[in-house]
Amino acid sequence: MGKVLEKEAFGLAAKDESGVLSPFSFSRRETGEKDVRFKVLFCGICHSDLHMVKNEWGSSIYPVVPGHEIVGVVTEVGAKVTKFKTGDNVGVGCLVGSCGSCDNCTEGMENYCPKLIQTYGFKYYDDTITCGGYSDHMVCDEGFVIRIPDNLPMDAAAPLLCAGITVYSPMKYHGLDKPGMHIGVVGLGGLGHVGVKFAKAMGCKVTVISTSEGKRDEAINRLGADTFLVSRDPKQVKDAMGTMDGIIDTVSATHPLLPLLGLLKHKGKLVMVGAPVKPLELPVLPLIFERKMVVGSLIGGIKETQEMMDMAAKHNITADIELISADYVNTAMERLEKADVRYRFVIDVANTLKPSPIL
Amino acid sequence: MAKSPETEHPNKVFGWAARDKSGVLSPFNFSRRDNGENDVTVKILFCGVCHTDLHTIKNDWGYSYYPVVPGHEIVGIATKVGKNVTKFKEGDRVGVGVITGSCQSCESCDQDLENYCPQMSFTYNAIGADGTKNYGGYSDNIVVDQRFVLRFPEGLPSDSGAPLLCAGITVYSPMKYYGMTEEAGKHLGVAGLGGLGHVAVKIAKAFGLKVTVISSSPKKEEEAITQLGADSFLVTTDPQKMQAAIGTMDYIIDTVSAVHALYPLLGLLKVSGKLIALGLPEKPLELPMFPLVLGRKMVGGSDIGGMKETQEMLDFCAKHNITADIELIKMDEINSAMERLAKSDVKYRFVIDVANSLSPP
Repeated sequence: MGKVLEKEAFGLAAKDESGVLSPFSFSRRETGEKDVRFKVLFCGICHSDLHMVKNEWGSSIYPVVPGHEIVGVVTEVGAKVTKFKTGDNVGVGCLVGSCGSCDNCTEGMENYCPKLIQTYGFKYYDDTITCGGYSDHMVCDEGFVIRIPDNLPMDAAAPLLCAGITVYSPMKYHGLDKPGMHIGVVGLGGLGHVGVKFAKAMGCKVTVISTSEGKRDEAINRLGADTFLVSRDPKQVKDAMGTMDGIIDTVSATHPLLPLLGLLKHKGKLVMVGAPVKPLELPVLPLIFERKMVVGSLIGGIKETQEMMDMAAKHNITADIELISADYVNTAMERLEKADVRYRFVIDVANTLKPSPIL
Repeated sequence: MAKSPETEHPNKVFGWAARDKSGVLSPFNFSRRDNGENDVTVKILFCGVCHTDLHTIKNDWGYSYYPVVPGHEIVGIATKVGKNVTKFKEGDRVGVGVITGSCQSCESCDQDLENYCPQMSFTYNAIGADGTKNYGGYSDNIVVDQRFVLRFPEGLPSDSGAPLLCAGITVYSPMKYYGMTEEAGKHLGVAGLGGLGHVAVKIAKAFGLKVTVISSSPKKEEEAITQLGADSFLVTTDPQKMQAAIGTMDYIIDTVSAVHALYPLLGLLKVSGKLIALGLPEKPLELPMFPLVLGRKMVGGSDIGGMKETQEMLDFCAKHNITADIELIKMDEINSAMERLAKSDVKYRFVIDVANSLSPP
């Protein structure tokens, strides 16, 4: 591990629950023997960033430097780093540390390690609070660095580091990745649109399930979904009852589960990747009489994230992004709150994030 | 003119029925079909009293068609077999469980999952394949298609084996389906210690699982450990013990049918743990999402089992000497038994001694 607080860094931080981001100077550790240091090129804006800058989950430690969809170019590697070298295109997602020895870690599920360290807002081994990718450079243990394949555009690949793995992992774990399966995707935002692309690449038939008609054209013509269903229309729901092998539910607002359970075939799985803060109503009878399941999922392990990225490269899957400059970030957050983005903002860090003139 | 229950079929049958949602059971004359070429006629010896019987006679679920003759944990002797019946002969000891009909041609039926067939019909309070109402095992005999009759294994007592036909399969099926029996030494929590729960403890132990009973009644602890064989007992109202048990269970079988909190149960599960809901609460439960998402946890359900699996379960129980703990009652004690069942005052299943106590007036 490197010495504490040795290299200057700058970025954007929220200083309080208003969530307003402003220039912030801080330090990152020197490159330790297992560390990879890289210049950040782009960083995706995940909805979690919005929750965290506003302390909506009650766990934020200010100042918060968000960003866990980070891509860049390696500038330095530690003496014991074997997988990366200077000049490599790399990325870091939601995790930068875990215990390495529990069952979860040894089975490639660092995301479920009780001692996991997230990319921002968590205490690192050197007692500093981790700072994320809304910053000029990152330093990270090589065990948590992902190679970005050469054929993927860096800006549009960045969101895959969170949104991509969040939908990919449960599809693989629950066997919802077989050609010919019928997968529903609820919600068409950052997670949902990537979910459609991965499911199509896996050979699945995809139905986008949304609360309003407005996204039908996009879902089918732009994203390649096979069908579109408005969940508030009882006739559309009735016609599709019992037709889906799995549903990926990306919605983080409170919403009814009963119609979604009805859309599943027997033994179907409703995968929750959005995380509503309040409990949802769970009708138990469909679970019992039709042996259906509701399961949760949280990002994915590191090996799996690399696997996801390699699959994205093979099938040319990237996020649909709106590239923004660093000084647009607060406006982007306001628009994100209203779901006014198709479908992920990505900050052009290298070209637009400058240190504060007043240091 | 519609035929009465007594005259709608050729063969007179006597049983006890509830006639309205007071749920009070009383003598009832009705009739059953002739034994068809695929049928087995069963003289009923014993019938278990399942909590579903109580719900149905009181119309708790809103779809009871009175008069209701309950009973779907039936053990008896085959007295007639139709000419196409190959698996049974007269004199065989047989069982009939929760379902007596299905389409026998859909994907579920082809996979021996008759219980998930969309045209599945229940042993009682349902319309059978001939379009007439099904009546259950609180009666002197029953006529059933051979596909829905089970061989009662040698060595399995008829009285204490009867509840396995519903309670047994209801807990056995999810243990297999959700992978609880694939690796030795997994830790199962059993929430609720009634008809389902006590059988779940016994079957789980026979599968080699470590079992913790999760209950709100501390006084059930001694029985759970010394009589049923549970490894440990967790009182849900003890915050320290609940805290210490967080993240220790691979699975939970939740047999509680009253509305109850899932949050503390989900906390007991390890990462990727599974909670299987078997009880049928009247209202939806509250599902907290953070524990589900942060721990990749699952809530699933299960409904009895198919016929092949029910036979497998009976054979398994016979091999491991697993029976229900029962209180044998006479037919005319059924109403008091139902009152006690409503208060969970039974260890752990009433079984009606039908052959010795059911007699026409």
